Amino acid sequence: MLPKQEVVAMLLAGGQGSRLGVLTKNLAKPAVPYGGKYRIIDFPLSNCVNSGIETVGVLTQYQPLELNEYIGNGQPWDLDSMNAGVHVLPPYQKSKKTDWYKGTANAIYQNIRFIERYDPDYVVVLSGDHIYKMDYSKMISFHKEHDAACTIAVYEVPMAEASRFGILNTNEDGSIYEFDEKPKKPKSNKASMGIYVFTWEKLRKYLEEDENDPKSQNDFGKNVLPVMLDAGERMFAYRFEGYWKDVGTIESLWESNMDLLNPNIPLDLSDDQWRIYSRTPVMPPHYVAKGAQVQNSLVAEGCNVYGEIDFAVLFAGVYVAPGAVVKDSIVMPGARIEEGARVQYAIVSENAVVGAAATVGERPEDMENKEDWGVAVIGPGATVAPGTVVPPKAMIDAEEGIK
Amino acid sequence: MRGNDVIGILFAYVHEERVRELTEHRVMASIPYGGRYRLVDFPLSNMVNSGINKVGVITEQNYQSLMDHLGSGKVWDLSRKREGLFLLPPFGAETTRTEGKIASLASIQRFLKNSHEEYVLLSDCDLVANVDYKQVFQFHTDKDADVTVIYRHGMSPDTDKNVVFTVDPEGAVRDMLVKRGSDADCNYGLGKYLIRRKLLMEMVEECMSRNLYDFDRDLLQRHLKDLRVYGYEFTEAAYPITSFGSYFNANMALMDPKIRGQLFPADHPIYTKVRDDMPARYGLSADVSNSIIADGCVIDGEVENCVLFRGVQVKKGARLRNCVIMQDTVIGENARLDYVVADKDVVFDINRVLTGHQTYPVYVAKGSRV
Repeated sequence: MLPKQEVVAMLLAGGQGSRLGVLTKNLAKPAVPYGGKYRIIDFPLSNCVNSGIETVGVLTQYQPLELNEYIGNGQPWDLDSMNAGVHVLPPYQKSKKTDWYKGTANAIYQNIRFIERYDPDYVVVLSGDHIYKMDYSKMISFHKEHDAACTIAVYEVPMAEASRFGILNTNEDGSIYEFDEKPKKPKSNKASMGIYVFTWEKLRKYLEEDENDPKSQNDFGKNVLPVMLDAGERMFAYRFEGYWKDVGTIESLWESNMDLLNPNIPLDLSDDQWRIYSRTPVMPPHYVAKGAQVQNSLVAEGCNVYGEIDFAVLFAGVYVAPGAVVKDSIVMPGARIEEGARVQYAIVSENAVVGAAATVGERPEDMENKEDWGVAVIGPGATVAPGTVVPPKAMIDAEEGIK
Repeated sequence: MRGNDVIGILFAYVHEERVRELTEHRVMASIPYGGRYRLVDFPLSNMVNSGINKVGVITEQNYQSLMDHLGSGKVWDLSRKREGLFLLPPFGAETTRTEGKIASLASIQRFLKNSHEEYVLLSDCDLVANVDYKQVFQFHTDKDADVTVIYRHGMSPDTDKNVVFTVDPEGAVRDMLVKRGSDADCNYGLGKYLIRRKLLMEMVEECMSRNLYDFDRDLLQRHLKDLRVYGYEFTEAAYPITSFGSYFNANMALMDPKIRGQLFPADHPIYTKVRDDMPARYGLSADVSNSIIADGCVIDGEVENCVLFRGVQVKKGARLRNCVIMQDTVIGENARLDYVVADKDVVFDINRVLTGHQTYPVYVAKGSRV
């Protein structure tokens, strides 16, 4: 029997993230690189550790190889402890019935035994889709104070955008009376962040009920939470303030990286009290050559910058040749931008090469038709031949070429 | 492959007197270098990359910062059930190590005796280089040597305390001079020796019983005639830290991509303690040229020919030229620094001006406020 843990966190990391196209072709979404040295999953994992949660289950299913390797024994997040720590939980074969994770709720259901080993009072369910810094312990305190069965973190989005989100309608005391999935006429602007705190006893009961309902899609948002509400359980909305961004699309991933370069946006990754941990590559510091121009940018270790970069995020080991220009773009680990190439409003993925004098992406203000504009993406390991023009919105796949 | 029958022994403290400024609060081995490293990272990573998985680190005093840096040895993959990293601080009053390496080796006699490896690789911690010890080991066995010394050919570093070897075309050491410099090119020792463990223990015991304490003179030079002593020439980039000036130059050498390539090859990386800083941030008014910049730096000023360590802040209007700035030092607005080596946690207030010279960089001690 393992020592009791008051709180166990379960991180849903099995989604495909198909809206990220080539970026997630061979990679689970939570493992997508972010911010020069991180991956998306560093945020929920670091938040857990910084909130004092020592036991984390990571539910994987889609393309887990790189994600598993990245998490490893959890040492970079201090999650390699003896009786707690991070555990990667893929679906597994059982003696009677074997299934993939059919939905978010089913993924947790299939791991009830894992959770029970720690005999927790509360289970926190997280997703690996967002960039944010949050103290989960405050949310758990809120949950306890309200004697809730379930607490859902909400973010107040602009009313005009509310119809894109799952909206929670609440009473004055913060209790939830209605779920409104992507409402046409939203009654409130409290969007669910996909962060849940459950009293474990309650959650287990509803997971079992949900599993026995053949009509259920085994999803938290669609099934489990509405059932709990109908049954009259105490459910509360917990308001979160601060930076929170979904990075599930190319545009939002790009934007969220660019947010790091904006001093007016409250996402400070250098806060000593709330560090974001990651597995760091073993490389020397970066080098900025004579004649290079580097402004408004984030540059990670191992980079060699000879060209011009402005509003760029360079990950570890990126090479920018003399005469190359990278603006308003993200360049992921090991990519090369060759001489005279021009990269604008683009994401260049890991180990991709942009050949000499090639052009990738375009500034929105230079577009004749604004509708055609979008961030250009060079997929992992893809090569853009010298002199080629990759238009905005295009996506280059290493095997299949332009999409 | 792990384990090649060699133990590594690092002398963390040797030659500290040569760089007094930097070793006031730390041992030689923990002098910061190259934006994110400590000197010990080089010999230690070299050993690990060469398949050595048991390393003892001999310390004398002031070794707190080194222990903090090394921790359990995890980042060098030396936190292991079998073998791994062994910190060997002074055990007790009866073993003073001030007499030098021989006394140090005598004090770890039990560690050496309880090891089962055939060979010992002894190394100082004052050399910035990426040495492949596998090749040295191959050379040693090919020559059927008793002792292999690693040397470099060229102008000896700016000190009169070198060991200079005369090596014949076969690689055999015919003569050695201790505490010597040279005006012409010579073969100077790099403070690294490969030797059979049992032979080393015998020789140390013999020296101790005769009150002989100088490793080079008493243990090696005296036995040059009756042992097979061979010299392995190391030809890649190497920077012995023998003076404050050479420390400065060794940092500046990193601006050359060829040198960086030789010191940090991708298949022989230099490991160091992780700090979890964010990548370096450049602001609107940043103007950086020919510089090495580590993670966690925040740059809003002008930086030219500099090495900036992790977490350095260069405020708006500040101008740095030819500087080595260590961890978390802050350069205030409009400050002007030229040929300055600032240690950790220094604060330069606004408008401060400090200028050294290429031959005499100014040193600012740890935690100072200018």
